[in-house]
Amino acid sequence: MKKCYLGVDIGSVSTNIIVMDEDEKVLDTLYIRTQGKPIETVKKGLSQMKARLGKDVLICGVGTTGSGRNLGGIIIGADAVKNEITAHGIAALHFVPDVKTIIEIGGQDSKIILLRNGVLYDFAMNTVCAAGTGSFLDRQAERLGIPIEEFGKLALKSKATVRIAGRCAVFAESDMIHKQQLGHNQEDIINGLCEALVRNYLNNLGKGKEIQSPVIFQGGVAANIGIRKAFERILGCEVIVPRFASVMGAIGSALLAKKEVAKKGTTNFKGFEVADSNYTVKSFECEHCPNMCEVVEFYRDEIIVARWGDKCGRWSNINVQSEKLAQ
Amino acid sequence: MKITFPHMGNMYLPIKAMFDDLGVEVVVPPKNSKKTLEIGTKYSPELICLPMKINLGNYVESIEKGADTIVVTGSCGPCRFGYFAEVEKEILKDLGYDVEFVVLEAPDGDIKEFYNRISKIANTKNMIKIAKALKGGISVLKKIDKLEEQVLKLRPYEKNKGDIDKVYKKLISNLENITGAQKMLQLISQAQRDIEKIPLDYNRDVLKVGLVGEIYTIIEDFANIDIGKKLNELGVVVHKSHSTFRWLLEHLFYNSIGGTREKDIRKAAKPYVKTMVGGHGRETIGNTIIYAKEGYDGVIQVMPFTCMPEIVAMSLLPQVQNEHDIPVMTLIIDEMTGEAGYVTRLEAYVDLLRNRREKYKNEKMLSWR
Ligand code: SF4
Repeated sequence: MKKCYLGVDIGSVSTNIIVMDEDEKVLDTLYIRTQGKPIETVKKGLSQMKARLGKDVLICGVGTTGSGRNLGGIIIGADAVKNEITAHGIAALHFVPDVKTIIEIGGQDSKIILLRNGVLYDFAMNTVCAAGTGSFLDRQAERLGIPIEEFGKLALKSKATVRIAGRCAVFAESDMIHKQQLGHNQEDIINGLCEALVRNYLNNLGKGKEIQSPVIFQGGVAANIGIRKAFERILGCEVIVPRFASVMGAIGSALLAKKEVAKKGTTNFKGFEVADSNYTVKSFECEHCPNMCEVVEFYRDEIIVARWGDKCGRWSNINVQSEKLAQ
Repeated sequence: MKITFPHMGNMYLPIKAMFDDLGVEVVVPPKNSKKTLEIGTKYSPELICLPMKINLGNYVESIEKGADTIVVTGSCGPCRFGYFAEVEKEILKDLGYDVEFVVLEAPDGDIKEFYNRISKIANTKNMIKIAKALKGGISVLKKIDKLEEQVLKLRPYEKNKGDIDKVYKKLISNLENITGAQKMLQLISQAQRDIEKIPLDYNRDVLKVGLVGEIYTIIEDFANIDIGKKLNELGVVVHKSHSTFRWLLEHLFYNSIGGTREKDIRKAAKPYVKTMVGGHGRETIGNTIIYAKEGYDGVIQVMPFTCMPEIVAMSLLPQVQNEHDIPVMTLIIDEMTGEAGYVTRLEAYVDLLRNRREKYKNEKMLSWR
């Protein structure tokens, strides 16, 4: 029996699952689009992973991260439920122990994480603007009719630079259309877009922060060679893209789970069978006070297992277990 | 005359006490809620800061409950707060509400006019009576602020989660249903004693974080997504750099009571901000430095989106952070309903502080507390 750990990163755009062995070597990775259905996606991901793993694997611990970490944690029975910033930091330290700067650009969020002496030192997450994220790039690629995989390579062919306003997604898009109409060629425009995105990132998140090398670039967008080269040009240093760049969050949460299990001795993992259970979420608007909180109820096979969303604790404090008996 | 006023933290309680004692009828605006914010947002200029949106929501809700006179404090200086009252007046007029605004300030230093306005809302010219009611209100405010400070300090240590909140919530609802400063003071003292009896566990390794930033978003927990409690639950002792009590003294008495604390804050901020930048931008910098010197683990700046003085402070904070070796995080707040993003940031920030504490424990131990 091979002892392994699972890491699950449930983001709004994609869900990643990785399996890691006891020596912290990544054995397998799985990427699925979340498509707004995190519960379905987690179930699907688990059963796919189970089929791929074979019989001689024993899961000794599970960690979840990403915006769906709490939900996912309840379904799977996670040992460690951690925010994505910490999880990304832990994973980066695993591959490049002296890493000082992490650039992370995913579907909806981008982050900058600074580390010093192996300790999280500072971070920032995008707040207002979407021009610096993967979804924005996806949309532009689609608009230009170019598969996103080709996008970065095209940027490298550019000979002349076109400057595109990167201040905000709305301006960037209309500026791009304008530059197209002026007759600039596609490579130059795409390169301009890559640079705009990098400038936007550095102005929004990197402001006032000292970016020291080694710099790691992770998240889904790290696969885009055009963006990576633009970062290298503007920062003037090498930008490392780790082999598992797109699943670093999941790796971090598996590492955290391993640590947690070592501490407490057992795992909460509910087994791959959880994929066979039925999960439903119901919600209602509480009318007890003008807050009108949207209260979410989470059921496994018709049994309520968790409830959240209220400001006052009226609903989330009720002992869910005892209610199960009453039903 | 039925008086109303905007919400800011617990201030509605002492104000109610004061008017109760004067025998003036007040309409306390309904608690800040999603509905308040919805109303405020609908009628406010789009890019105005969050505090005004909530204030406006308060007024509309109060007027619908029968209020006809709105009392607000004034302010000047290079920040939009100075013209909140004027803009709000026009908006309410456009909406067809017939209300009177009384701005508590002395226009161009006209003290007589200031007294006129006070005696108008107090419904008496008897200055002694007014002074007495004011004194009662201020004692209530002082006491309740102190209690709130206590709660933010003790909650991370409580043995049974929720003990302190139980006392605190009960107190607030009791205060809401009682009249007069005297009775309020008694109730608060009782709650104080009850809190002292709650079992605590001081062996926990808790962190200390200071909150700086725009005053309204620091004080009003509805506006700051109840950040104090959220941090408490993550095992963090919280101190707010602003309190309603101090704010009231400052505004009613025109800084004449510039205590030593104010001077210290200005002195600390001086290498970074030499002049007033409006709002509390300078205080944000000064307080951050003071927290760093007092050995706090971190500082969080809470600001409403588009708040000018806080933007100035925000741009200086990275430098302060490096030079004083204290991690500072900025949270920008607007009409957000999705709290998940904030929670993620708070959790990550607390992780960061924990890591630092562990890493530097041995060196820091020497200077800690
Ligand atoms: S859940 Fe609590 S805070 Fe939310 S609307 Fe109901 S009573 Fe109000």
